[in-house]
Amino acid sequence: MTDTTPRSTADTEGAAGTAGAAGGGADAPLLELRGVGKSFGNIRALSGVDLRVGAGEVTCILGDNGAGKSTLIKILAGLHAPTAGSYRVDGEEVAFASPRDALDRGIATVYQDLAMVPLMPVWRNFFLGSEILRKVGPFSRLDVAAMRRITDEELKKMGIDLPDIDAPVANLSGGQKQVVAIARAVYFGARVLILDEPTAALGVKQSGVVLKYVSAAREAGLGVVFITHNPHHAYMVGDHFVILRLGETELDAPRAELTLGDLTHHMAGGAELDALEHELARSEGPDGGPAVPHPTAPADGPA
Amino acid sequence: MASTLAPRPAPAATTEKELRAGRRPLLNRLLSRPELGSLIGAVAVFAVFFALAPTFRQGDSFATVLYAASVVGIMAVGVALLMIGGEFDLSAGVAVVTAALTAGMAGYYLNLNVWAAAGISLLVALAIGFANGAILVRTKLPSFLVTLSMFLMLQGLNIAVTKLVTGSVSGPNISDMDGYESARAVFASSVPVPVLGGVRITVIWWLVFVAAATWVLMRTRVGNWIFAVGGNAESARAVGVPVTRVKIGLFMTVGFFAWFSGMHLLTASGRQQSGEGVGMELLYIMAAVVGGCLLTGGFGSVIGAAIGAFIYGMTTMGIVYAGWDNNWVMFFVGAMLLLAVVVNAWVRRQASKR
Repeated sequence: MTDTTPRSTADTEGAAGTAGAAGGGADAPLLELRGVGKSFGNIRALSGVDLRVGAGEVTCILGDNGAGKSTLIKILAGLHAPTAGSYRVDGEEVAFASPRDALDRGIATVYQDLAMVPLMPVWRNFFLGSEILRKVGPFSRLDVAAMRRITDEELKKMGIDLPDIDAPVANLSGGQKQVVAIARAVYFGARVLILDEPTAALGVKQSGVVLKYVSAAREAGLGVVFITHNPHHAYMVGDHFVILRLGETELDAPRAELTLGDLTHHMAGGAELDALEHELARSEGPDGGPAVPHPTAPADGPA
Repeated sequence: MASTLAPRPAPAATTEKELRAGRRPLLNRLLSRPELGSLIGAVAVFAVFFALAPTFRQGDSFATVLYAASVVGIMAVGVALLMIGGEFDLSAGVAVVTAALTAGMAGYYLNLNVWAAAGISLLVALAIGFANGAILVRTKLPSFLVTLSMFLMLQGLNIAVTKLVTGSVSGPNISDMDGYESARAVFASSVPVPVLGGVRITVIWWLVFVAAATWVLMRTRVGNWIFAVGGNAESARAVGVPVTRVKIGLFMTVGFFAWFSGMHLLTASGRQQSGEGVGMELLYIMAAVVGGCLLTGGFGSVIGAAIGAFIYGMTTMGIVYAGWDNNWVMFFVGAMLLLAVVVNAWVRRQASKR
């Protein structure tokens, strides 16, 4: 717990700088998986998965329920150690013992539940676990003014202007909560953001808000791993696509080699293909021009 | 396509949505203060007894009201912190008596200075809190069950051990032992205050504890963590808050206040009865809940709990001053609790509505 204090004060000046530098210099990908597998007893949850995430790149991981997405997230986040293959950060093999280790290497995971406390004010949530402290004699107190100011600044950078930074997080919309969680991860030195289904529980408009910030994070030079089962959302922001199926990689392709149709096709699999093609024909229209993210319809079909 | 996704786009629709979700008028912010309901209640109760009971209007009666409030209020400080941290402690009432008995018996039978005995008692009280917390985080059982067990065990131990050691149901008289006078000065003396006359020192301590706990809660990292473990322990753990240590620490804080209250009981008379304290734990919880603490944790205030204790003090003494039958006290306290809970819930709903 003491280690969080210097980190947060250092980040006060350096967070944006770190992200920028990482975007420029590295030739090895920020994060790389080679042939990663994970077995629980004799159940193979994941096998032979390759993944590369560079700075300023969004890699989308798609897959149906049970495809191994959550296992993959847990490996990336440092919750599980892979039982096969290697996990590299900046080209260097790592073995994370805890999510804290991953965080120290700049790999931040934003889970679906967002790790926020609904009844606490936005700024308290933002700094929870990494509070800025100021010495008062033998005691140290929270530097409330600084935390409120930084929270406000960081959220404004992400395009969110909250009139009341003291409002409990529960009062924010789903999309805003996601963005606060993302802003927090970025501020505390994340170089790679792992977003676990950030649009799953959101409506069309709110999903749009989140997708914009995914894109903003990429522009800021961060690597993003975007986990979703919605090919439409993935295709709007993704540079590279990995589709998992029953724990194995079914597709691994850069954006240039794919159309939204291909992506949806792969997501749908064989059996329900005909029915889906019918729907695809309709959804490809608006997606030619990148106007509105199509709602979840076709992707949810097989789920 | 990527070109349309500019780094910081803010189309009108989104901005409007964000503004609507974020804005909270001043009135709403006031309404969402946890202690607001109890403050209104306190004013109402004060007005009622002020009007009905002439004695209630006198300064020295008010000092008595404050004393009654402080006895519950000091414990309510710890209980409120614990409740904001998401747990509660049914053993707090009998733990006070355990602390008093421990100090009395340790001082008398080991022939110690009262302050040394108080030290032993403090260790015992903190150990009780630690046991509550450690069992809770180890077994992941609800605090109701863990502290109910502790309550029953302590209730039995208080009487059984006292009988075993002293041969009677009351602890030994320590009023002629070394250090008793200075301990009495700290824990149970009176301080002259203008208008009110002699105010019991527990009232001063109560105010000090409320101020200190409020500062810790609102302005320190630990305070932030207390809200977080009560509001969402899993989230708190995910961002690096030491949840188990915070919870155990909160139970030990209740232990500390139980020790303090026990020392007050002991030094007020010099002798502690072993069967007391049962039922008091619910009054502490009552004060915290009236003051706006959520039973489910994550929300509340120590000042609110102090106001809750003050309402209790006014009610118990006010009924006496008004010349009513004393047996009505609990009925009114219960009615007050029900009213406070309903009003608090209603106020919170209004505040969270837009």
